[in-house]
Amino acid sequence: MNNKAHNPLFHVSRRAALPWYRAWGIRAAALLIALLACALITNLITGLNPLAVYATIWQGSFGSARRAWVLFQNIAMLLCVSLAITPAFRMRCWNLGGDGQMLIGCLATTACMILLGGKLPNWVVILCMLVSSILAGAIWAAIPAIFKAKWNTNETLFTLMMNYVATQLVAYYIIIWEVPKGAGKIGIINQSTQAGWLPQIGSYKYLLNIIVVALVCVAMYVYLNYSKHGYEIAVVGESERTARYVGIKVERVIVRTMLLSGAVCGLAGMLLVGGTEHTLTTTITSGRGFTAVMVSWLAKFNPIWMVLTSFLLVFLERGAGQIATSFGLSSSYADILTGLILFFIIGSEFFINYQINFRHAAGKED
Amino acid sequence: MKKIIALALTLVMIFALAVPVASADDAKEVKVGFIFLHDEQSTYDLNFMKAAQEACEKLGIEYVNKVGIPEGQECYEAAMDLVDEGCNIVFADSFGHEDYMIQAAMECPDVEFCHATGTRAHTENLANYHNAFASIYEGRYLAGIAAGLKVKEMIDNGDITADQAKIGYVGAFTYAEVISGYTSFFLGLRSVVPEATMEVTFTGSWYDLSLEAEGAQKLIDDGCVLISQHADSLGAPSTCEAAGIPNVSYNGSTIDAGPNTFIVSSRINWEPYFEYIIGQVQNGEAIDADWTGTIETGSVELTDVNAAVAAEGTVEAIEAAKAAFAAGELHVFDTAAFTVDGAALESYMADVDTDPAYEGDTEVVADGYFHESEFRSAPYFDIQIDGITLLDTAF
Repeated sequence: MNNKAHNPLFHVSRRAALPWYRAWGIRAAALLIALLACALITNLITGLNPLAVYATIWQGSFGSARRAWVLFQNIAMLLCVSLAITPAFRMRCWNLGGDGQMLIGCLATTACMILLGGKLPNWVVILCMLVSSILAGAIWAAIPAIFKAKWNTNETLFTLMMNYVATQLVAYYIIIWEVPKGAGKIGIINQSTQAGWLPQIGSYKYLLNIIVVALVCVAMYVYLNYSKHGYEIAVVGESERTARYVGIKVERVIVRTMLLSGAVCGLAGMLLVGGTEHTLTTTITSGRGFTAVMVSWLAKFNPIWMVLTSFLLVFLERGAGQIATSFGLSSSYADILTGLILFFIIGSEFFINYQINFRHAAGKED
Repeated sequence: MKKIIALALTLVMIFALAVPVASADDAKEVKVGFIFLHDEQSTYDLNFMKAAQEACEKLGIEYVNKVGIPEGQECYEAAMDLVDEGCNIVFADSFGHEDYMIQAAMECPDVEFCHATGTRAHTENLANYHNAFASIYEGRYLAGIAAGLKVKEMIDNGDITADQAKIGYVGAFTYAEVISGYTSFFLGLRSVVPEATMEVTFTGSWYDLSLEAEGAQKLIDDGCVLISQHADSLGAPSTCEAAGIPNVSYNGSTIDAGPNTFIVSSRINWEPYFEYIIGQVQNGEAIDADWTGTIETGSVELTDVNAAVAAEGTVEAIEAAKAAFAAGELHVFDTAAFTVDGAALESYMADVDTDPAYEGDTEVVADGYFHESEFRSAPYFDIQIDGITLLDTAF
C-alpha cells in the first residue's frame, strides 16, 4: 500500500456528485479556454483579430432580424429531431436512424404535396402530410425495433443502415418527380399555388415551426418525467432484467418507444418540407439526425436542456458560415473552430465526473 | 501563479491584436452578392469565383461571397441576407438555385437577381430576374476539332483503324445542357473524322470524383480511344492519365492532373457577364432577361493547347473554325452535318418555355441549322443524333 515506487504520477478517480455551481463553473471555464484556444489559433494561422472573428460569429446569428429567425428555425428543427431520438436513448436503445426517419417523413410529405396538392382542399392535403409523414417515420423506426425486440438484433447498425435505404429511396423519387426532365432536382413544389404549404402566422415564415417544436419539447419533458411510459422507459434503460422482474413487458416498451421516436422524426420531416423548404433533396436533413445525438447527449437526455445545447450547436454553425462570408476563409476553417469548442465542452464533462489525483496530493492523503 | 501570468499574457496578446477593423462602407453605388453552390474545391464554382473577383476588382466594386449554399431554402435565405447587407445585385451560380432566386426576386423588386444556367427568366415576367449562359456549344465544337485531329493522328499513325475511332464522354444527367454539350463536341470531332462514333455514360451527379473516374474507366475498357466529360471533378482526367488515354477537359485546364494526356479544355468565362450586369446597374439600364455570352464577348474560351499531346495543326484548325463562326459561315448544329434516325432534321419544337409536361413550344430549326441558345440563354438541344450511343440513361 505504501509502496511509493509504483505510485504513478497521477491517477484518475471517479468524483462524488459535484454541487451544481462547481459543475457549471467547470463548464464555463471549458468554454472560456476553448475561446482562448480558438483565438490563439485564429491569430496564428490567419493573422485575423480573434475578437473580430467572435463578433462575426455573433453577427451570423443576431446580425439582423432575418438571421435571428433563421437561427431559431434551425434550432427548432434540430431540437425536434433531438427530442425524437431521446426516448429511445433514455431506454439505452441507440437510435441512430433519426436522419433516415426524418428523411422518409420528408418523402411522405413531398409525395402528398406533389400528388394531392391542388386536387384536394388545402387543409386536407396538410392533414394527409401530417398523418403520412408521422406514419412513415414510425414505420422506419418500427422495423429495427421489432427486430430488436424479437431477435435482439443490434439497433445501432440496423437504424444506421435504414438511413441509407431512405436516402436511396429519396434519390429514386427525385428522378421521378424532377423538374425539368433530366435536371436531377425537384425545385420549389407548388411555387405558384402554395398548395400543401403550411400556413404562415402573420408575416413570420418560421414561427409556426418554432411553436410546434416548443410544444413537442414540453410534451416530451412531461412524457419522460411524469408519465407511466416515461417511468417504464427509465427502468428498461437501467436494467432489462429488473424491468422484467417488476412485470414490464420489455419488448412492448422497446417497440412503443421506437415508434414514438420515429413518429416525431417524421413530424420533423413534415415541418421541414411543408413549413420552410418546400422541396426534397437527399441532403435536406443536413445530417440533423446525427447532430441530434450530440444535442441529446450533451443535455443528458433532458428535453429542456436540449434547447440550450441545440442553440449552442446551431449558433456555432451559423457563425461558421458567417466567418466564411466575412473573411473569405474556407468554411472548413470555421468547422475547425466549432470542433475545437465542442472538444473542450465535451471534455469538461470528464472533469465533472472524474478527478485527477497527482502523486504529491495522494501522498498528503496518507 | 505561473498559470495566472500565462493567462494574463495571453489575454494581453489578444487585446493587443484587437486593432479595430476598418468598416469598409465607402458608399459605393453598386454592391454585388454572389451565391456559390460549393467552395473553391469545385472547378465549377472556382470558375465563377475567379471571374467575380476579377470583374469586381477591375471595376472597384464591393462584393460579398456566400459559398457552399445548397439548392434549397438556404439559397433564398442567403439571397435575402445579401439584400439585407445592401447588395443591389445578387447572383447565383447553380441551376437548382433558380426557384429560390425567383422567390427572392418577387419579394425584392428593387434588387437585380441574376442567375447562371437557369431557364425561367423569359417566362416569369419579372423585371428584376435574369438568366445568363454562353454559347459554350461553340467552345465544345472547337474542343471537338482538337479531339478529332488527335484521333486522326492515331489512325494515320496506324495505332488504331478507322472503325476503331470511338471516343467516350462522361456526362452528369440526360439534361439538355449536357446533351447539347456532348453533341456539339461530337460534331466537332466528326468534322475531322467523319466515321467516328461516341459512347456516353452518365453519373447522375454534377460532382462525384469516384463515379466520374468509374465512368471514364468503363469507357476506356469499352475501347474508347479518347475521353471528354461534362462533370466537375478531376475523376475523368486522372483516370485518363493513369490509362494513358487522351482527354479533352471542361471548366478549365486540368493539365496538372494529366500532363501526358490533357489536350485542351473549353470553359465559360463569366467575367464579361459580371461586368455587363454591373455596368447596366451603374448606368440605370435594364439587364437582358436572357444573356448569351459568345466567343466575341470573350465568354467562350479555350485554354492553351497542350502541345505535348495535341496533334499537329490543332491551334491553326481551332483558329480557322473560330473565324468561320465569327463570319457566320459555320454553325455547330448545321442540319447537313448530322442525322436523326437516319434522316436529316428539318423541324424541331424545342422545350424552351419550362412547363410541367416538357412539351416542345418553339420551332428552332431554320436556315439549315438548329438555333441553339437564341430563344433563351440556357441550351435546349436535347436530340439524340446518329453515331452517339448512350450506355445508360437512368439519370
